[in-house]
Amino acid sequence: MIYHYPVLQVIIPLLGAPLCLFIRVPRLVGFFAVLVSSLSFLISCGLRQQVHLYGTIVYELGGWAAPWGIEYRIDQLNSYLLLLVSGISTIVLIAAQTSIKKELPENRHIFFYTSYLLCLTGLLGILATGDAFNVFVFLEISALSSYTMIALGTDRRALTASYQYLVMGTIGATFIIIGVGLMYMMTGTLNMYDLAQRLPEVYKSKTVLCAFGFFIVGVCLKLALFPLHLWLPNAYAFAPSIATAFLAATSTKVAVYLLIRYIFSVFGIDFVTTSLPLHDIFLVLGLIGIFATSISAIYQRNIKRIFAYSSVAQIGYMILGLAIGTELGLTATLLHLFNHALMKGTLFLAIGAVVYRIGSSQLNHFAGLGKKMPLTMAAIVAGGLSLIGVPLTVGFVSKWYLIVALLDKGWWPVAVLVLISSLLAVIYVWRVIEWIYFSQPRIILDDVREAPMSQLIPIWLLVLANLYFGVDTRLTVGVSKLAAQSLFGVTP
Amino acid sequence: MWMSELPAFIPFFIGAVVALLTRGHLRSFLMLAIIVLSGLQLWMLPEAGVRVELGFLEYQLVPYRVDALSRIFGYVFHIAAFVSVLYSLHVRDTIQHVSGLLYAGSAIGAVFAGDLLTLFIFWELLAVTSTFLIWAQRTERAYQAGIRYLIIQVLSGVILLAGVLIHVSRTGSLAFDFIGIGTVDGWLILIAFGIKAAFPFMHTWLTDAYPEATVTGTVFLSAFTTKTAIYMLARSYPGTELLIYVGATMACFPIFFAVIQNDLRRVLSYSLINQLGFMVCGIGIGTALAVNGAVSHAFVHIIYKSLLFMSMGAVLHMTGKIKATDLGGLYKTMPKTAILCIIGAASISAFPLFSGFVAKSMIMVAALKEGHDWIWLILLLASAGVLKHAGIQIPYFAFFAHDSGIRTTEPPKNMLIAMTIAAVLCLAIGIYPTMLYQLLPFKTDFNPYDVSHVLAQTQLLFFAVLAFVLLNLKGLYPPEVRATNIDVEWLYRRMLPRILRSGFSWIRRTDEALRGVAMSKVNNLFDYFSQLHYPGGKMSRMRPTGHMVMWVAVLLAVYMWLLLSFAN
Repeated sequence: MIYHYPVLQVIIPLLGAPLCLFIRVPRLVGFFAVLVSSLSFLISCGLRQQVHLYGTIVYELGGWAAPWGIEYRIDQLNSYLLLLVSGISTIVLIAAQTSIKKELPENRHIFFYTSYLLCLTGLLGILATGDAFNVFVFLEISALSSYTMIALGTDRRALTASYQYLVMGTIGATFIIIGVGLMYMMTGTLNMYDLAQRLPEVYKSKTVLCAFGFFIVGVCLKLALFPLHLWLPNAYAFAPSIATAFLAATSTKVAVYLLIRYIFSVFGIDFVTTSLPLHDIFLVLGLIGIFATSISAIYQRNIKRIFAYSSVAQIGYMILGLAIGTELGLTATLLHLFNHALMKGTLFLAIGAVVYRIGSSQLNHFAGLGKKMPLTMAAIVAGGLSLIGVPLTVGFVSKWYLIVALLDKGWWPVAVLVLISSLLAVIYVWRVIEWIYFSQPRIILDDVREAPMSQLIPIWLLVLANLYFGVDTRLTVGVSKLAAQSLFGVTP
Repeated sequence: MWMSELPAFIPFFIGAVVALLTRGHLRSFLMLAIIVLSGLQLWMLPEAGVRVELGFLEYQLVPYRVDALSRIFGYVFHIAAFVSVLYSLHVRDTIQHVSGLLYAGSAIGAVFAGDLLTLFIFWELLAVTSTFLIWAQRTERAYQAGIRYLIIQVLSGVILLAGVLIHVSRTGSLAFDFIGIGTVDGWLILIAFGIKAAFPFMHTWLTDAYPEATVTGTVFLSAFTTKTAIYMLARSYPGTELLIYVGATMACFPIFFAVIQNDLRRVLSYSLINQLGFMVCGIGIGTALAVNGAVSHAFVHIIYKSLLFMSMGAVLHMTGKIKATDLGGLYKTMPKTAILCIIGAASISAFPLFSGFVAKSMIMVAALKEGHDWIWLILLLASAGVLKHAGIQIPYFAFFAHDSGIRTTEPPKNMLIAMTIAAVLCLAIGIYPTMLYQLLPFKTDFNPYDVSHVLAQTQLLFFAVLAFVLLNLKGLYPPEVRATNIDVEWLYRRMLPRILRSGFSWIRRTDEALRGVAMSKVNNLFDYFSQLHYPGGKMSRMRPTGHMVMWVAVLLAVYMWLLLSFAN
């Protein structure tokens, strides 16, 4: 049984999704989804434990040995992210029970949970697999199901948002598959580990260079790196709140993982740096992205859009960590990957709770909610503080490591810019706080009560995680360090 | 014994929670009791001090460090917290009580912080909690002033963090000890401390925000923020020569600004900066005597400054007025407050037998001993200035001068008691200075009451008072505020070249012009940003899909060009 964990992790939600269609009773479907997701979570805990004890796990699907068969490789890096994705997914699903019931018409509930589980399958699959083509398959599974989830949003603009995301996502996936295809052409293998062995022989060929170019652009589109982020704010703003919370916390993170995995474990960092000034490009795009989108966040009127733009800015920090090109920088990126998922999960779930109560995510409708929904609002404040990087929250830990890495590299002007950009975060978070606590209500709030327990509990679980991992950093920093070390170590 | 390892800020934070949950007399009692207990606990700590260590990330944190230097600040912060809480007991505003206690707790936490990260956390807490004391006034002006205050305070925190980060990456340790200038991190941290210590050109937050806070809030504010910064400077920058000149400037320039103020609490705010100047100067000189002087000055200063702010607060509370021109003649109806205020005024003017004297003379003597004659002279001038604007102007315009016709009563009992405690301490320390000297970080056998000190100071004071009385008798000292400034300035103007005044006004004009240009540039920038980024603006418009695809094509083209043209 334990032997099959790597694949069970993916198979369970994959089988769970169609089962949802058979169950048919909307209420049961919700419970079923929680069950499936928590099973995945338990398995990922087991996997993490095994990796911790015995190191990398290699699993051959159907007993076919690599490079012919598909291979799942679980190492420090992806066991940690599997834990994150399945954990967040479970927590979000608990809140989904009430939130989805209110936000979506009843006949759509089943579709929502089905696509949610499919999306989870896709994300977990991308993380677990060690096969380049398999990545593409899972990428499409997760992408198609997220288009569905976004399109389920009741706002009619959700359809255009979803359509745009569909077009962009498909272009991204196509570029990735072109890249994979070109590599296959040159090496005749699709197994990542095998690719890493064979690619060095053909590094000079233009085909491999083209493959790399297509791949990078495709992934950057998926992870919404500035200026390829334009699809993201709309998609996040108009999707059902639960979908936003899930996608914001996990989907772009998985794309960042993919980028890291390919740069380090497939192409190899030496090839990447000699063939392209990638560090410089990432540095510039990351910084411009941080500033441009943070400033955009300041001027938004819809709170989901504020934090959607802020998500793009946070991606900028992760890319900045990669741009440093040292082990410390990579550690910072991996830390922020984890920590940002916690922050954005908290924030979007709390916003979801507000939408549940007042049916709107316009910022000025939040006026006066400080008194009506104190616990939910406190969670938004906590998430916001974490986003700014206040000590005792996870945000501080990741910013600290990022800045230490920047200083270690000697890039202190960049470090100063990062600190200044935190001030921008102060501004947009403060705007939210000001509306919540210091403004007169703009809409009638008499009937508004605190969010239901089923939402408060997941929200506060995430808040506590924000605080806990801000103090006890053994897991996050420890694993990030190990992962960064091993990524730098395996490069030829 | 675990009790001794309980960091002193924790009782305060518990107190804040208690204040949040209870009401009425029970709350009053509990708040005071917690402060007293916490003070007693600090008192009982072993002579050698306490050090609590904790691992975080890969660093060693020291969240609680009691040694001679931090302990004396701990004592005086407890006294200040007790007096301020007592003074504000009549207020029925939970926010003020809670934020007051949190604020005092943060200051105590900062003073006992043994590493830079802990320090940074309390530094930011100090900023945030104190802002609520300003906002608690609940006026638009106070709100605006609070925002400006918060921005500057948070900026100080950000600069501190930047300095700490560079410091850590340079030295690899978070230990908070002597830092010194000469490195980038040293400068950054100094600037962060300097903002809170109201260094010249960074002082505007103080005179801007303190007079806008609530009656009771100002008493809290006057005690903690700046003195925490003084402690930080004494800890990390003793003997930095630059600080001598900074301190001397701080001691002098507020005099000129204080005289043109009509709001008596603003006058006190300026005199607060002037007093900080003495302390900064002492730290800059850096000898054992000078640092002792700075520390003891901080100690006594907290007490008499809060006494003065409390008496002015009592006036504001009872009459609703604080402008010098609106007040006067209050001694008839508020005699006790008047006497207490005069004790505070005498202390700040350093009359012998009052607490200011025993501290200030140490710094002055240290300046002379180290050969800083000019500095000594400047400090002397500043002392005369203090006498003028705080020692005379405050009690005279509030309680005497022309009778404003206001008839009121003495303030509430808790205010009177709080003021009396502070006044008794002022006198006690003035008469038995050894009580204070025992607590100082360096052993001392300094005796302030030798002939030369007493004579010099008394001479200065009596000439100043004589001049005041003479002018008053001859009618040269009209009660109107505007004329007063010029008359009394004449006393010390002789010592300074007249150019100084035109120099100041030139500086002010240039400063205003520069600031105007800078502000319009900043405003234009903001306009530009908002045009760009508002929903529908260029940066955050909802884009057609084709636009996004174009970006993809551009990026792909760039990557391909780079890849194919450079790799070979």
